Amino acid sequence: MSVAVSGALRLERAFARARTERRLAVAVYLTVGYPDRASTGSLLRAALDGGADVLELGVPFSDPLADGTTVQRASEAALRNGVTLADCLSEAAAVVRDRDAPVLFMGYTNPFMRYGFERFATDGAHAGTAGVIVPDMPAEESSELESALGPAGLLRIDLYAPTTPDERLAKLLPNAHGFVYCVSLTGVTGARRALASDVAEFVGRVRRHTALPIVVGFGISSPEHVAALRGTADGVAVGSAAIDVVTSARPERRAAELREFVASLAVAGRP
Amino acid sequence: MSAPGRYGQFGGQFLPETLMPAVAELEAAFEAARADEAFQQELDRLLHEWVGRPTPLTDSSRLARLVGLRRVMLKREDLTHTGAHKINSAIGQALLARRMGKQRIVAETGAGQHGVASAAACALLGLECVVYMGTEDMRRQEPNVFRMRLLGAEVRAVEAGSRTLKDAVNEAIRDWVTNVRTTYYLLGSAIGPHPYPAMVREFQSIIGRESRAQWLERVGTLPSVVVACVGGGSNAIGMFSAFLEDPGVRLRGVEAGGLGVESGKHAASIVGGRIGVLHGTRSYVLQDEHGQIRETHSVSAGLDYPGVGPEHAFLHETGRVEYVSRTDAEALEAFGVLSRTEGIIPALEPAHAIADLAHIRLRYGADTDVLVCLSGRGDKDLETVMRAREAM
Ligand SMILES: Cc1ncc(COP(=O)(O)O)c(C=O)c1O
Repeated sequence: MSVAVSGALRLERAFARARTERRLAVAVYLTVGYPDRASTGSLLRAALDGGADVLELGVPFSDPLADGTTVQRASEAALRNGVTLADCLSEAAAVVRDRDAPVLFMGYTNPFMRYGFERFATDGAHAGTAGVIVPDMPAEESSELESALGPAGLLRIDLYAPTTPDERLAKLLPNAHGFVYCVSLTGVTGARRALASDVAEFVGRVRRHTALPIVVGFGISSPEHVAALRGTADGVAVGSAAIDVVTSARPERRAAELREFVASLAVAGRP
Repeated sequence: MSAPGRYGQFGGQFLPETLMPAVAELEAAFEAARADEAFQQELDRLLHEWVGRPTPLTDSSRLARLVGLRRVMLKREDLTHTGAHKINSAIGQALLARRMGKQRIVAETGAGQHGVASAAACALLGLECVVYMGTEDMRRQEPNVFRMRLLGAEVRAVEAGSRTLKDAVNEAIRDWVTNVRTTYYLLGSAIGPHPYPAMVREFQSIIGRESRAQWLERVGTLPSVVVACVGGGSNAIGMFSAFLEDPGVRLRGVEAGGLGVESGKHAASIVGGRIGVLHGTRSYVLQDEHGQIRETHSVSAGLDYPGVGPEHAFLHETGRVEYVSRTDAEALEAFGVLSRTEGIIPALEPAHAIADLAHIRLRYGADTDVLVCLSGRGDKDLETVMRAREAM
């Protein structure tokens, strides 16, 4: 099946829609194959039903060094369930086909490299996905992946951190595309009680160098966090907190509780 | 090297963005320290007074006779303070951390030797020290856990993954990402993102410089073969660095063959791995067909790591160094052989290099002079060896 609209265009439209509605876009991260292979499809759809604008499909990796315990455990479980990058691509293709959703992959360099960057770009485009976020691949190491993704129309979304100095922002941000992902805190993924106190200042620094939508992620855990980011960011990315909801729900309630949680985040991002 | 931090296609900085400014700062600080005479003098003084350098070169004629080689000399890193070469880099990096104004050190450890060396260096310099160690390694190397605590370090148990060195590295990197503004990551081998492979090599290159000068003085020529064990590759690159430009000197790196490379239960990243990215660097990595890092096996905790320093990957690719593997059984046998012939109980890691001597004899003949890097002493391994012998 050929996809008429590209993944990158779906992503752009999702942010445009959120902007028109003067609300924050919500990106939800879920590890593919967690808690089991069979429920991934229904959990991704539940996130969309709850109002997620963008899906980030977590590609499990044995050594997720930018992740806290929630994603580590989800990743370990997914690997025990035998999940591969090929499985992630087919989950992505299915949810794009059924729901016309903007889908990104988030995962570490090695599984993409082993799959082959070009093969991944071809298959990712065929599945209608928008691109990748690779937390252990900074801009300096991205040229091989970029040259594979470019011709296929896939985006590589860069991460920026509170430790990124202004000169580096000025150098890198002109090359960004899709949106800009700001890591809210100095640390790994994982739910947190409070937002980092310097988020607004950090997003402000980034904003000076780009007109792209800015998504804040890492540690975003509650509707209060989302509400606090209105007026600062254009979107939020929520991963560990969503996985925690899935983990603590009874199996038959997982999809429903995830949907309700995402809905509470989406509401908090509205005017 | 094609670009800073690159060894051909290997090396690089595959790191979270949060750490990119930190490695840039580290690189600048390291270059500045290297050019600073006062820093070098302080390092030299500590290497002499506290580490116990220079270490001797021991002519091991009974061992040589037993394995059928003309001459075998051991570079005695086992005689350094804390008992392994790890101290050379630990003290160098701890001095650098202090110079950078970082009061808190995190380190990972496998065998415990790097953890002990880091804890000792931090105690000496008055720095706070947190060591991450897999619970499997804490079990195997219990005396070293106690040593680290005695030296004032906090040992944090790592329960994730295979509970060995690679998981301890992950945890140390997570700590570093979180506390990067105040914390120095004292990495224990020539692995990880640039500038670590270059920096650890520099601090370990004293092994090769001393050995080369000592050999020349004693023998008048150079050794025909230099052999060292390779975990992440720090003792080996430190030794090899002095001989890379000596075309007549053959260099051999010995990886951990575990139960045999065919068995899949080993830690021989170059001999049995494929190119990939692990812990911030592109090198040879033990991985499955989906790019997941494989669990490794070696009787020696210090070699039990699924990656290898990027410069070794490059030296393998260019053919300058030959990489081989020796099994657990061969290393255990060599452990006993060296103890009985020379009165030296080696660590299980360099026992792999000792085990290679018989193969060097087969390959290059009896008229061969071999320099071995005896990277550490065996006290930490006594229990492992006792258990292995009971099982045999
Ligand atoms: C005595 C000894 N030799 C060798 C190693 C392996 O490390 P590397 O390859 O970095 O020298 C270790 C690691 O713990 C060790 O303790």
